[in-house]
Amino acid sequence: MEFLAPGSWPDALAARAENPGAVPIAGGTDVMVDLNFDRHRPDALIDLTRVGELREWSVAEDGTVRLGAGVSFARVMSELSALAPGLAMASRTVGSPQIRVRGTVGGNLGSASPAGDAHPVLLAVGAAVEVESAARGPRAIPVSEFFTGVKTSALEPDELISAVLLPAATGPQQFAKVGTRNAMVIAVTSFGLALHPEQGRVGAAIGSAAPTPLSAVDAQDYAAGELVDLWSSRGELPGGVAARFGELVAAAARPIDDVRGTAAYRRHALSVLARRTLTWAWDEYRRAA
Amino acid sequence: MTAVSGQAPTATARTREDGGVGTDAARPDGRLKVTGEFAYGSDLWMDDMLWGVTLRSPHPHARIRSIDIGPALALPGVFAVLTAEDVPGELRYGLEIADQPVLAEDVVLYQGEPVALVAAEHPETARRASARIVVDYEVLEPVTDARTALGHGNEGPRTDLHPEPTPVVEQSREAAPLRPHGNLIRHLKIRKGDQRDAAAAAGKDIVVVTGDYEVGMQDQAFLGPESGLAVPAEDGGVDLYVSTQWLHVDQQQICRALGMPKEKVRLTLAGVGGAFGGREDLSMHVHACLLAMRTGKPVKMSYNREESFFGHVHRHPAKMHYEHGFTRDGDLVSVRARIWLDGGAYASSSAAVVGNAGLMGIGPYVVPNVTMDCWGAYTNNPPCGAMRGFGAVQAAFAYESQMDKGAAALGIDPVELRVRNAMEEGSIAPTGQVVDSAAPVVELLRRLQAMPLPPAASSGADVDLRAMPGGVSNTTHGEGVRRGVGWAVGYKNIAFSEGFDDYSTARVRLEITGGEPTVTVHTAAAEVGQGLVTVQQQIARTELGVERVVIAPTDTSVGSGGSTSASRQTYVTGGAVQEACRRVRAAVLARSGRELWEDVLGDLVAVLGDEAVEETVVWRHRPTEAVDPETGQGNAHVQYAFAAHRVVVDVDVELGLVKVVEMACTQDVGKAINPQAVVGQIHGGSAQGMGLALMEEVVVTDGIIRNPSFTDYLIPTILDMPPMRVEVLELPDPHAPYGLRGVGEPPTVSSGPAVLAAIRDATGMFLTRVPVRPEHITLSGDVRSEERA
Ligand SMILES: Cc1cc2nc3c(=O)[nH]c(=O)nc-3n(C[C@H](O)[C@H](O)[C@H](O)COP(=O)(O)OP(=O)(O)OC[C@H]3O[C@@H](n4cnc5c(N)ncnc54)[C@H](O)[C@@H]3O)c2cc1C
Repeated sequence: MEFLAPGSWPDALAARAENPGAVPIAGGTDVMVDLNFDRHRPDALIDLTRVGELREWSVAEDGTVRLGAGVSFARVMSELSALAPGLAMASRTVGSPQIRVRGTVGGNLGSASPAGDAHPVLLAVGAAVEVESAARGPRAIPVSEFFTGVKTSALEPDELISAVLLPAATGPQQFAKVGTRNAMVIAVTSFGLALHPEQGRVGAAIGSAAPTPLSAVDAQDYAAGELVDLWSSRGELPGGVAARFGELVAAAARPIDDVRGTAAYRRHALSVLARRTLTWAWDEYRRAA
Repeated sequence: MTAVSGQAPTATARTREDGGVGTDAARPDGRLKVTGEFAYGSDLWMDDMLWGVTLRSPHPHARIRSIDIGPALALPGVFAVLTAEDVPGELRYGLEIADQPVLAEDVVLYQGEPVALVAAEHPETARRASARIVVDYEVLEPVTDARTALGHGNEGPRTDLHPEPTPVVEQSREAAPLRPHGNLIRHLKIRKGDQRDAAAAAGKDIVVVTGDYEVGMQDQAFLGPESGLAVPAEDGGVDLYVSTQWLHVDQQQICRALGMPKEKVRLTLAGVGGAFGGREDLSMHVHACLLAMRTGKPVKMSYNREESFFGHVHRHPAKMHYEHGFTRDGDLVSVRARIWLDGGAYASSSAAVVGNAGLMGIGPYVVPNVTMDCWGAYTNNPPCGAMRGFGAVQAAFAYESQMDKGAAALGIDPVELRVRNAMEEGSIAPTGQVVDSAAPVVELLRRLQAMPLPPAASSGADVDLRAMPGGVSNTTHGEGVRRGVGWAVGYKNIAFSEGFDDYSTARVRLEITGGEPTVTVHTAAAEVGQGLVTVQQQIARTELGVERVVIAPTDTSVGSGGSTSASRQTYVTGGAVQEACRRVRAAVLARSGRELWEDVLGDLVAVLGDEAVEETVVWRHRPTEAVDPETGQGNAHVQYAFAAHRVVVDVDVELGLVKVVEMACTQDVGKAINPQAVVGQIHGGSAQGMGLALMEEVVVTDGIIRNPSFTDYLIPTILDMPPMRVEVLELPDPHAPYGLRGVGEPPTVSSGPAVLAAIRDATGMFLTRVPVRPEHITLSGDVRSEERA
């Protein structure tokens, strides 16, 4: 197996173009597991850890956060908890401290697992994945179009993920995941929520309860409709709204029974997570007045 | 009697010798392990070694029509490919019954059964080659339920105490027998007292509580997978370095399979990364030796995590039906119980596990009338065998659940009901054996009651998520959280029971090296992480008053040290070391012509000169006897050890997630040889029992393991394991060295049932299966909503 270690982004794109059978490796927390279990034996690895650009993040004038694909979960937690609170909360739930130091948001997207913990929040905030190829240059894929199936994505074979683009938070965000132990656990199901007061919009997305991460569109619309007059008054959440929101989120899921949990439990848990997180986020919004 | 605090373990009765018995002597292997320098079996290395890999059956039950090894042999770098035909000695081995083939011959009986072996220059080459072996299987229907295998079929649990004893079909040839003699491994019976129904037996008004319980298949989940290195020797024999629990029983089985005498098959213990029973059976031992003998080169085999799930036995899953009869004021007058243990495809130690589950199966209570039937069955599930607690763990979930159910039915506090029926010194066990040393069940419970309870759960936006059910996954800020408290007490027989000739050998040598007296202790008893090497040093220091004690490499050049299991090593190997030290002392005294060891001690350099004094001792605990096959009566046990737990949980009743807030444990250890190590065992044992109650299960569907990884076989993390309060009692057992009692298993017996009881208390649901899964709590028809609450 060849080990390619490009030192710059153009070199990385060139390596990607020239080696169609190669697998990019960032933190390696997914790639190395596959290699160790002999599930995959690529011709070459392209090590992205020497590409400095991937480890940077910045905020544009319009408030868009450009998060390099190689920024680790640990850094998201410590550096982005104000700009991207939902993603920071999701990062806190990933694996163990060691995994959070190695693992990256770009790698999470690269694996495109339905259980990837970054994904629900990225959907809820309306993020885009910035990708690039040497031949065609960069493009931005809305996260809602990024996941195409179980562990497949819209990334072309000659492309690399350069960054994630997400709007700086303008309201409270939440992430919650259910697992059968209290840390270091793959989501049985998960839920991301973002309030966008300036747009009167509620983002809501589901993880680990469908073949791909999924926005709960009906639930989003319902919540936006119920809150339409409350954004400015910051009044109390009307009774029953959170519960109905939860039901709609559960209805959006397409879960299966597997060794981690039953479909019925996943739906039930989603209704609870959605109800609770909406309540927490709204309370936070009211307190912020 | 002393109490040792769990939070900051301190030695109480320190002996005068520093590092002797009763002190927190430092582990000789501690620093290496903490710094990552300790060499485990998987670190074994020789420059010219080959790597061996195992081809395993993908099917739980199939006939092998043919095996074509040609394509594998054709791969460059491959040195050997072996099948059952290449086993020179006896094909079948086993701990109690030689029923398991070294490599499958004509049928495979479980998923993961070894079929062929490959040795190659590189592990990757070996894996690639094994994938090229063509095995033509005729897939057969698996038998995956113990009751079906025994023909007990769907008779369903009995729901009352009244029917005549049901005739039981012990062997069912119709149910696709897996063995010529049927699918029964063992049927343990206890018939004690009046066998009529409880009311008739007691002649009184009786409250009967009935329950059906189920325990899932737990894995030992040791961190160091199966590994070893076999080196062909010039004398035509083989030297095997291997992580194991009992070198000599391995040696016997390897010799039979290789057709070689034991002088030619020498074993040395490699660094062991945990065992918990999972290394009592052979894994890669014979395989590596076969490959080494065939190729003439050293062969290393080291399983990865996934293979490890197929490479060792698990804890028996159990189905249990219990009927307890109480008088109105709470006297337990009768227990009728039936336990089915799924032994999987091969016997392993199932017969002994059945014995334990049945004989310990009503718990540490005095019950005049007992009817117990415990069966172990062959199925096409993964083989099950030894795991910490060894049958006593499964039964404890049932009998402690029954005590709680009885308490509820009678309106009596669950602790008081236990106290009322508790065993004590002088009580008669269900086997008829008199409990002839301390049995402080009441004191253990009373001490737990005296401990303060942890503060109430917090709630709100600023909660510490780590203290919440669901933990850092941010699932609740207090919503839906209910607190519960559960109690359980359990007991475990220490050392091997039922007439087994259970002994350990120790060789102790005293000499002057570098001008200083040095003791060398040589045994074949396996250090598996529990601290036996430390205990051996401590005993030698105390007995001989010599500070410098070296532990020789553990190997078969000395006699058997017995198994590192059944909480027996400190007792039995400790006893052997103590006796060998005493003989050394006597020999030195005789040589010196003096009478007092104190007088000789300061003068050892002169007394010994260049000569070494060495004594080898084979030491046995008092004998036990087999139980009567019809009544289960007999003095089957050496010693009992007792532990009790109080567990406090917070349960998010809407999501079914559990946070164990605190575990408190009281345990009698007779004498804490190393108090810190004792508390460590209590922490670890409690965690392992808690894991079974909450999350640890090898999920098997139609004979196929669905979660052979640490991604999906979950064990508790530091955020799942709560702080513990531990009180250690030291009530000496006059029959045992230093009065000690085995320590390792009892906390694993009682912690899980206490966790289960606490979850029931929090939820109000009478859960009957462990591990408790979130969906059992939320979807069993009692989904609570915080909005309704
Ligand atoms: C013990 C353990 C616990 C874990 N727990 C969790 C958890 O709780 N939640 C969770 O979501 N995940 C978890 N994971 C999975 C893993 O840590 C995450 O998916 C992580 O985000 C992967 O990031 P990485 O940088 O390590 O990716 P890598 O392993 O390096 O790569 C992952 C995939 O992304 C591709 N890739 C990486 N970077 C790029 C790029 N710039 N452009 C294109 N493709 C790229 C790789 O080719 C590969 O296909 C866990 C893993 C382990 C081993």
